[in-house]
Amino acid sequence: MTEKSGADILIETLIEQGVDTIFGYPGGAVLPIYDAIFQHPKIKHVLVRHEAGAAHAAEGYARSTGKPGVVLVTSGPGATNAVTGIADAFLDSIPLVVLTGQVATNLIGSDAFQEADTVGITRHCSKHNYLVKDPAHLANVVREAFAIATTGRPGPVVIDIPKNVQVATADAARPKSNASPRYVPAGEADFATINKAVELLANAKAPILYTGGGVINSGPAASELLRELAELTGAPVTSTLMGLGAYPAKGEAWLGMLGMHGTYEANMAMNQCDVMLCLGARFDDRVTGRLDAFSPDSIKIHVDIDRSSINKTVAVDLPIVADVGAAMKQMINIWKSRKYKAQDLSEWWARIKGWRAIECLNYPSKDTEIMPQYAIERLYELTKDKNPIITTEVGQHQMWAAQHFHFDDPNKWLTSGGLGTMGYGMPAAIGAQMGNPDALVIDIAGEASIQMNIQEMGTATQYRLPIKIFILNNEWMGMVRQWQELTYEGRYSSSYSDSLPDFVRLAESYGWKGIRCDDPAKLDDAIAEMIAYDGPVMFDCRVTKAANCFPMIPSGAAHTEMLLHSDEVSGTMDDEAKALV
Amino acid sequence: MHIKQEQSERHVLTLMVDNESGTLARVAGMFTSRGYNIDSLTVADISEDHAVSRITIVTNGPPPVIDQIIAQCERLVPVHKVTDLTEAGPHVERELALVKVAGDGDKRVEAMRLADIYRARVIDATVRSFIFEITGSPEKIDTFVALMREVGLVEVARTGVAGLMRGAELS
Ligand SMILES: Cc1ncc(C[n+]2csc(CCOP(=O)(O)OP(=O)(O)O)c2C)c(N)n1
Ligand SMILES: [Mg+2]
Repeated sequence: MTEKSGADILIETLIEQGVDTIFGYPGGAVLPIYDAIFQHPKIKHVLVRHEAGAAHAAEGYARSTGKPGVVLVTSGPGATNAVTGIADAFLDSIPLVVLTGQVATNLIGSDAFQEADTVGITRHCSKHNYLVKDPAHLANVVREAFAIATTGRPGPVVIDIPKNVQVATADAARPKSNASPRYVPAGEADFATINKAVELLANAKAPILYTGGGVINSGPAASELLRELAELTGAPVTSTLMGLGAYPAKGEAWLGMLGMHGTYEANMAMNQCDVMLCLGARFDDRVTGRLDAFSPDSIKIHVDIDRSSINKTVAVDLPIVADVGAAMKQMINIWKSRKYKAQDLSEWWARIKGWRAIECLNYPSKDTEIMPQYAIERLYELTKDKNPIITTEVGQHQMWAAQHFHFDDPNKWLTSGGLGTMGYGMPAAIGAQMGNPDALVIDIAGEASIQMNIQEMGTATQYRLPIKIFILNNEWMGMVRQWQELTYEGRYSSSYSDSLPDFVRLAESYGWKGIRCDDPAKLDDAIAEMIAYDGPVMFDCRVTKAANCFPMIPSGAAHTEMLLHSDEVSGTMDDEAKALV
Repeated sequence: MHIKQEQSERHVLTLMVDNESGTLARVAGMFTSRGYNIDSLTVADISEDHAVSRITIVTNGPPPVIDQIIAQCERLVPVHKVTDLTEAGPHVERELALVKVAGDGDKRVEAMRLADIYRARVIDATVRSFIFEITGSPEKIDTFVALMREVGLVEVARTGVAGLMRGAELS
């Protein structure tokens, strides 16, 4: 029998689970764990500057590597600061294991110093959570937490560990117990259902593949299978914001992103299709627009590993509860073995060609000012050979990045989709760079969002992470300003980015390189300078101030009621539409 | 603009859950956090080794919402099985209530007479009061309580519904 402290048991179980990097911030309630880390050089601890940064960095690490991200924070304010990142990972289905310190068990409930009800606060924004009251339970809790975080629909799992549990000892040689794991995620679907799906696809005259983050979460093999399925069926492919890169943007069947700021061709094809195969997406309100007008005449097949995603907002005809990768593999096998042939889809493709001809992503060009879309286009052209990892903040710049930066591979596009968290991009870039030391990692940012976790510049400096922050500085909370222009007749209430820092000098004060550019003619050189610099760079790209992001489906409108240009904007909306987010 | 209300159906759900701390908060809190209704909820440890509890929840909502409620319950890690008794077919539902009544003379006699008809038992008595114990369907208890109001109802405690499927099958 070997007695070990809770802290040692914890660290050893993390190592057993393959953890090599932890993003964290110390404090009283986790000192025993920090001491154990000190003595276990196998684990690299990345000291962030704010616990929100730790959670987002772990998300960036997870999304770019496919491995779970691990966070360690202290009790009370440490845990509450991490909550935004936990909620973000919950909505975007990102595997995280978040370790929080807690006051000693005998003090719980006494309003002790830095006590917060972490398990209560995170209960409904985590996939699961635990309060561990005995070090003897710790190893199995950690094992189960990793299994829950990474399998099925991934998500964040919180383990709250009171300080006395970290110090107290237990028999560390206890055998692993998982005789009958209580969490059993869906795997394959049954043959008959899959066969039905294949039949529907093979008989479709106007099929579409509507894909989402589930394809990325299923692992790189799923992205390969998606390409094969698109090839076999001849169907066009569109994706949600979360799924970009699963099907290559350079692929022939690619329609671009769908939804509120998606392409005209993607939304029209969704509206007009006769068979829709939804793969690992969840009919989010940003995607569907007005529900009663959403793809009215199609037969809908929905593959999702989470049963609760099916029939949640849109009733489907053929639900398939399965891992998307496994289901696609089954579909491909059946298609091939039964020698299915796709229908003649030339008429469908001709209609798509007509929608594409609208060239909905065109924007007015300017010689004197940098158009934000142009900046993204140039950034894409000048970096695409390096297959960069792109993170974003939230706002217009995020949507322009989704529209004008093109992804050919999964795990290269890390953005806060479900929660829409400003301040996500820089810490996520830090996490992605930790997991991919040789990659070019760029955060496409807005001048307002970047200030939400600006403190993480110090983290990048400390760990010599050569991340690039490319700020589309329009001096406005552009997305808010756009909605105020559309909905509130241009009453710009508190959406101006006043009192901005000098981003170049700010960069320099952290030991970064700062670059500023406001001239389209000089933009390419400035971007080249950014890429060439072997260290972190903050790029203050001064863009046109009042540009709006189009196309756009206003809240509460149908896919067919897409606004293509700003001259279609009325400046008012009825109350029903105003009530929608 | 006004907030729209939808047509609701009443459903009785029974959940087999791990008997560990936080499970009840997880289930009940999920209902509130997602805006579902709880009309009643009962929970108790039911297995020999104290590892499993049964939660019976009476809820209401439009059919698609009921389906979501079941899916969201199933998504919780400590929830092993969810059965919609209302959907599953023949089942029994019982509730227990303690009903305190006070009064003299005719009212007291009438309370006893009604209790007899409703098969309520007297489990406490003083010269001025009774506590009746009654079990039955929620409707039967509703009616009994309504009658007792006429003859001196003081207070009521109800357990909420417990339910099982009829026949040999597991619920
Ligand atoms: C934490 C948080 N607070 C508020 C919002 C609401 N919001 C969405 S976009 C936006 C403005 C973002 O401005 P900026 O970063 O400059 O991006 P731009 O739209 O100008 O490209 C705001 C305030 C949010 N998404 N997240
Ligand atoms: Mg801005």
